[in-house]
Amino acid sequence: MIMETVSGLSELRKRAAEQFESQGYPTTRNEEWRFTNIAPIVKAQFPVAAPVVAGPSLKDALEADPELIEAHLGRYASTADNPFVALNTAQFEDGAFVQVPANTVLPEPIDIEFKALQGRTTHPRTLIVVGPNSQVQIIERYSGAGKYFTNAVTEIVVGENSIVEHIKLNEESREAFHVATIQARLGRNANFKQHNVTLGGALVRNDINAVLSTGSEGTVNGFYFANGKQHIDNHTAIDHAEAYAASHELYKGILDGHSTAVFNGKIYVRKDAQKTDAKQTNKNLVLSENASINTKPELQILADDVRCTHGATVGQLDQEALFYLQARGINKDEARNLLIYAFARDVIERMGVERIRQYLEKALFEVLTHKSFAESA
Amino acid sequence: MAKSPILEIKDLHAKAGDKEILRGINLTIYPGEVHAIMGPNGSGKSTLSQVIAGRDLYEATKGEIIYEGEDLLELDPEERAQKGIFLAFQYPVEIPGVSNLYFLKAALNAIRKQKGEPEVDAMEFFNLVRQKMSIMEMDESLLNRAVNTGFSGGEKKRNEIFQMAVLEPRLALLDETDSGLDIDALKVVSSGVNALRSPDRAILVITHYQRLLNHIVPDFVHVLAEGRIVKSGGKELALALEESGYAGLEEFAEIAR
Repeated sequence: MIMETVSGLSELRKRAAEQFESQGYPTTRNEEWRFTNIAPIVKAQFPVAAPVVAGPSLKDALEADPELIEAHLGRYASTADNPFVALNTAQFEDGAFVQVPANTVLPEPIDIEFKALQGRTTHPRTLIVVGPNSQVQIIERYSGAGKYFTNAVTEIVVGENSIVEHIKLNEESREAFHVATIQARLGRNANFKQHNVTLGGALVRNDINAVLSTGSEGTVNGFYFANGKQHIDNHTAIDHAEAYAASHELYKGILDGHSTAVFNGKIYVRKDAQKTDAKQTNKNLVLSENASINTKPELQILADDVRCTHGATVGQLDQEALFYLQARGINKDEARNLLIYAFARDVIERMGVERIRQYLEKALFEVLTHKSFAESA
Repeated sequence: MAKSPILEIKDLHAKAGDKEILRGINLTIYPGEVHAIMGPNGSGKSTLSQVIAGRDLYEATKGEIIYEGEDLLELDPEERAQKGIFLAFQYPVEIPGVSNLYFLKAALNAIRKQKGEPEVDAMEFFNLVRQKMSIMEMDESLLNRAVNTGFSGGEKKRNEIFQMAVLEPRLALLDETDSGLDIDALKVVSSGVNALRSPDRAILVITHYQRLLNHIVPDFVHVLAEGRIVKSGGKELALALEESGYAGLEEFAEIAR
């Protein structure tokens, strides 16, 4: 273990281990995990290994400047509320570290890639610290082959008046378990966009949490496409801790085959967070009779001068639209794909990195034309 | 040489669920002809156009539809469209996320493919689209908007006829294209349709009102009541109907029964 030389950090890890011991793995009796049974993860008991990371390594950064890491790591993602965060904090061996100094605009996005190891548990740990008045785009990608468990935690600090866009791509194998928490802290007048895309994984749980300071703007968008027996659970929590902050949330999902999905969107508006403007939308397109989604907004509003809206829809493919396309000569399969694609495009187009948009459009097209319908037929 | 019909409908019966809507339609249309079908609400006008286009909400239980010598009921809706049948929808469907331009190009290429022609060249397509848009007095910005999404009622109907102009069908079915249009839009839509009249194309106009037929003058008028054609005649029939209304039709329906 590499961290033992850093006393503060080893203390943190020790406490996290204790917290995990006392909490244990969550069960479906826990409201937060009601629709997601993680028993298969516990049962698999894959031994822990260091993650394979392509990008700026956390381990290297920790060796070079332990005080810098220690000043931030573990200070945002709570080990008390989420046992998987505690487990990651106690056991992580590597991950990624991105630091953007003050007054710096990075012209190119930073890529971080985690390639999973078959038959292993990895705890990728990512820390992103962006100073004031800076700008950066970061792409975090997870992939692998076969059976394994990825338990990732990403902490993002967005400095005052900074602009950060973070894209997470889950392209794990169809047999993989993937649990991840992204915890963001926004400084005053900061602008943070998070796009959470899930295409892979047998059992997936994402917790996307953001705490907003005065005048900041947080966008959390997501797209999930599940088929076969995939289970994809997205929990989001937007904490309007201070006044004059805005949050926008759009999660869109497509469910085919025997897949199941969960969307739970929490919005907290604290007592002093006047003039909060929060909007949350979850839309689901269910293509198969055997697929299902549980969607739930949870709003807790303690301030009185705020605007909060939320809405959720679950629908099938529009038969009228399908016929309209067919009546213009477009083949039924193609028409169906076009409608599905149009549904998803809305959320993909909101991403600010063109090569990712193109990549996802292509990936989606491939999923549509090759896999999903054969599986659901 | 005698021309062969584009469309022959013989004793067509169709139902939606358990409800029989068409009860023995007979209609023959030759190239170059414009036919109008009139009738009160619920007489089966729109059902007829939907059955010809292939909507699966309706099931043809008896009779046949022969299109250019081929059994139409055996074909999928897209095959019908590829072979030159065009339905201008009474209620054009909004499709968010699919641009009008992309949609139209996909439709045109599907038809060209069926004809064994290569995909349309980008420049050629653009010129074609611009030309047809100016005929329909449509704003070019509509091209980049999602299909019918946020269009006004008039814009949707113009968009239908615009699509028809680009796709150049052999048989056009206009399902209450006049409903909800103001005078200006009615003129534009009508002149768009008239511009498509040609010796090798047939048009079937379905309408509740005689007014449209002042602009698109039909060769034949048929009156539909309770799922049957109860009277056929020339364009003067439409005028006679305008005066007497549909009130006397039940009588016809009785006789036809």
